Amino acid sequence: MAPAVFLLLVWMLVPLCMTLWFSLRDYRPLRGGDLGFVGLENFARFVSSSSFWPAVLTTVLIVGGVLLVSIIFGVLLAMLLDQPMWGQGIVRILVIAPFFVMPTVSALVWKNMFMDPTNGVFAHIWRAFGADPVVWLTDVPILSLILIISWQWLPFATLILLTAFQSLDSEQLEAAEMDGANPLARFFFIALPHLSRAITIVILIQTIFLLAVFAEIFVTTGGAFGTRTLTYLIYQRVLESQNVGLGSAGGVYAIILANIVALFLMRIVGKNLDR
Amino acid sequence: MGRITLDKVRKSFGEVEVIPPLDLTIEDGEFVVFVGPSGCGKSTLLRLIAGLEDVSGGEIRIDGQDATMVPPAKRGLAMVFQSYALYPHMSVRKNIAFPLRMAKMDAAEQERRVKAAADVLNLTDYLDRRPGQLSGGQRQRVAIGRAIVREPAAFLFDEPLSNLDAALRVGMRLEISELHKRLKTTMIYVTHDQVEAMTMADKIVVLRAGHIEQVGSPLELYRNPRNVFVAGFIGSPKMNLVDGPIAASHDAATIGIRPEHIRVSDEAGDWLGKVGVSEHLGSDTFFHVTCEGISEPLTVRVGGEVDLRYGDKVWLSPDPDHLHRFDDKGLRIA
Amino acid sequence: MARAVTTQRKALNTAVAWTVGLLIFFPILWTVLTSFKTEAEAIANPPVILFFDWTLENYGVVQERSNYMRFLWNSVIIAGGSTLLGVLIAVPAAWSMAFVPSKRTKDILLWMLSTKMLPAVGVLYPIYLLCIQLGVLDNRVALVVILMLINLPIIVWMLYTYFREIPGEILEAARMDGAGLKEELLYVLTPMAVPGIASTILLNFILAWNEAFWTLNLTSVDAAPLTAFIASYSSPEGLFFAKLSAASTMAIAPILILGWFSQKQLVRGLTFGAVK
Repeated sequence: MAPAVFLLLVWMLVPLCMTLWFSLRDYRPLRGGDLGFVGLENFARFVSSSSFWPAVLTTVLIVGGVLLVSIIFGVLLAMLLDQPMWGQGIVRILVIAPFFVMPTVSALVWKNMFMDPTNGVFAHIWRAFGADPVVWLTDVPILSLILIISWQWLPFATLILLTAFQSLDSEQLEAAEMDGANPLARFFFIALPHLSRAITIVILIQTIFLLAVFAEIFVTTGGAFGTRTLTYLIYQRVLESQNVGLGSAGGVYAIILANIVALFLMRIVGKNLDR
Repeated sequence: MGRITLDKVRKSFGEVEVIPPLDLTIEDGEFVVFVGPSGCGKSTLLRLIAGLEDVSGGEIRIDGQDATMVPPAKRGLAMVFQSYALYPHMSVRKNIAFPLRMAKMDAAEQERRVKAAADVLNLTDYLDRRPGQLSGGQRQRVAIGRAIVREPAAFLFDEPLSNLDAALRVGMRLEISELHKRLKTTMIYVTHDQVEAMTMADKIVVLRAGHIEQVGSPLELYRNPRNVFVAGFIGSPKMNLVDGPIAASHDAATIGIRPEHIRVSDEAGDWLGKVGVSEHLGSDTFFHVTCEGISEPLTVRVGGEVDLRYGDKVWLSPDPDHLHRFDDKGLRIA
Repeated sequence: MARAVTTQRKALNTAVAWTVGLLIFFPILWTVLTSFKTEAEAIANPPVILFFDWTLENYGVVQERSNYMRFLWNSVIIAGGSTLLGVLIAVPAAWSMAFVPSKRTKDILLWMLSTKMLPAVGVLYPIYLLCIQLGVLDNRVALVVILMLINLPIIVWMLYTYFREIPGEILEAARMDGAGLKEELLYVLTPMAVPGIASTILLNFILAWNEAFWTLNLTSVDAAPLTAFIASYSSPEGLFFAKLSAASTMAIAPILILGWFSQKQLVRGLTFGAVK
């Protein structure tokens, strides 16, 4: 156990301390390097910069949008896949497949082959109905990103919710039926509460991964058209404009934010460990 | 040979003493059943004998040799676990041969013994299957097979039938008894089911909270329970236990009377009661009768032809020859 | 008891499910189909679905233009190396947690998982700087180590849950049967642990293969894996749909196949055992 613990400890502590250190200094490698200790100024400037609140809004919209789509459609898909049918295994594979597509591929395929305003599949469909094609990534950039990222994460939500669904005792549903509950009532009073734990877990895990979404933005808009999330903003501060002090302060915020979510997740996982 | 002696054997887990110093002798060829409610220490006792737990004090002797510090495999005992503990990645043949392989026995002898065991246990057709492809009863037999090929000094069974359904359990019970008659090897069998204990044992050891409450043959325990606990634990349906003034009139703190030792009459008797629920088994009928001055309903066993209905008034009289009397410490009054 | 369902009901389920399934799968299908078209057919309106001149030309062009094989090789080395290295380090750790647990085991496990939650962007610069200082920017070994560390918590966790499923009674049975520590490891534990270890390797290989933050930020030429190779197509250049499709198909095909084998492990590995 010791080597693994030691490695992870170093891996976590060293960069973390460095980030903390940089966040307290005016450090710009391209403009003279380390310009000295500035206290909490970076933290204040990161929050008060004109790009901060738009980035927060973008992050909330993308994370919230993807969560909404993947939970709602995930529950519906899980219910559908749980029904008796022919070729269940194959349908399952079809639904899960997008999760295994690497992020850069799915972003590029969607951007070019579907959302391209002249040659994309959507443009063909729009024209077939006599409508003007939408310039997706410029006109509705956030919606487009939600679509792309949801496509990647819907399989994950579906798979977990399906697993949870299958653990629902069918006798419980039959008991509710005997007690006079109609299908809608059975869904809301029996199935949904049974799924609530799985839904919570999906929300927590996806939130952690979605907060860190990077490649999808990197290859589609590059942060333009108001698609700059917090993660992307920090990335730009650190690597593009090389304002390491400011970016590190943003990084500290990101770490705190992720830890709040992680805390809830760890509590659920920890409880599960005792059983 | 398989004579096992426990001499002041003690076991504690940290602060908690689960088995206070305990003496017990198991004779060669005996079928001994440890029985008691869950948490009474019966499984721990078995594991101490197996060597899977270390004793905290005292001595375990097998055939006169001190085995207290001998590792499990060297004690010459074989064990059948509650979960069967079959090796899922090995065929039935390999499972049964595993202890022989560990003992570096030559292949021909291994094969001969596996064949013989499979023959006895009706497993010949399944030798090349994996445990996952077998039913519960078959898995149980494989576990027993793995035990008998070693020709051990004694077999240890840890609640082996508790994962089987009721019908299979009766069948396996007979098979294990049959096996014991044939092999004449010492068997120690742990169960919480007093029916298993009564039907299989030469000698029953009743345990409670790590203490031995009584040791004896099934009928000895049934006829002469040493205390209230054994009286209530052995026998089905349970012995009726009555305290208060009625017990005092027999010079006891508690009296016990088995359901079959109560006479029923509609005219006269010792206690007047009202018939409650009745359970018809066909051959016998059990009546639950509420009597004046007795808090719990009494269970009465009569022949299947007796016809009484819910609410009928009856007179009950205990058979004085079969009345058990216990003092205020719960001990039998001779 | 599952209730019997009428054939009509089943047919309806089947129709709806297949439609939805194909719709979700469509982008992948479309990409694979397009990769066999000519560039002109790839943008044809209305689109051609199956009846076009199937060609392998694009695959040749992609390989020629960007030396696909080198990126593929880098992906294999980075994903494979980090997974194997991770398993080597994790097996003893998970082993001792599962079989010799102490009071702190649970806390250590949870702490390990929490390191997985650390946002990469928060430590981007320190890692970047360290790579420069150590002269390992755009270096495969550095990426192997970094991806190993990122996935180590999941590897430890998955192995731990698999090991914990090996029942204690089996080990006791082996001891009663005369197996020593060596035999116990060789004949009983290892064969029982192998399927779990294999599943762990599978899932983590997939995760490492698709990792796109560190591989994009820490590589340029020498160590760039397929994620970076695909990202190089992000600026449009004339007619390139068919070539993009060919490149994409090559990047995802191996992992799609592996992924289909790992559905079950996916739930276990990514929910940390919280959903079963």
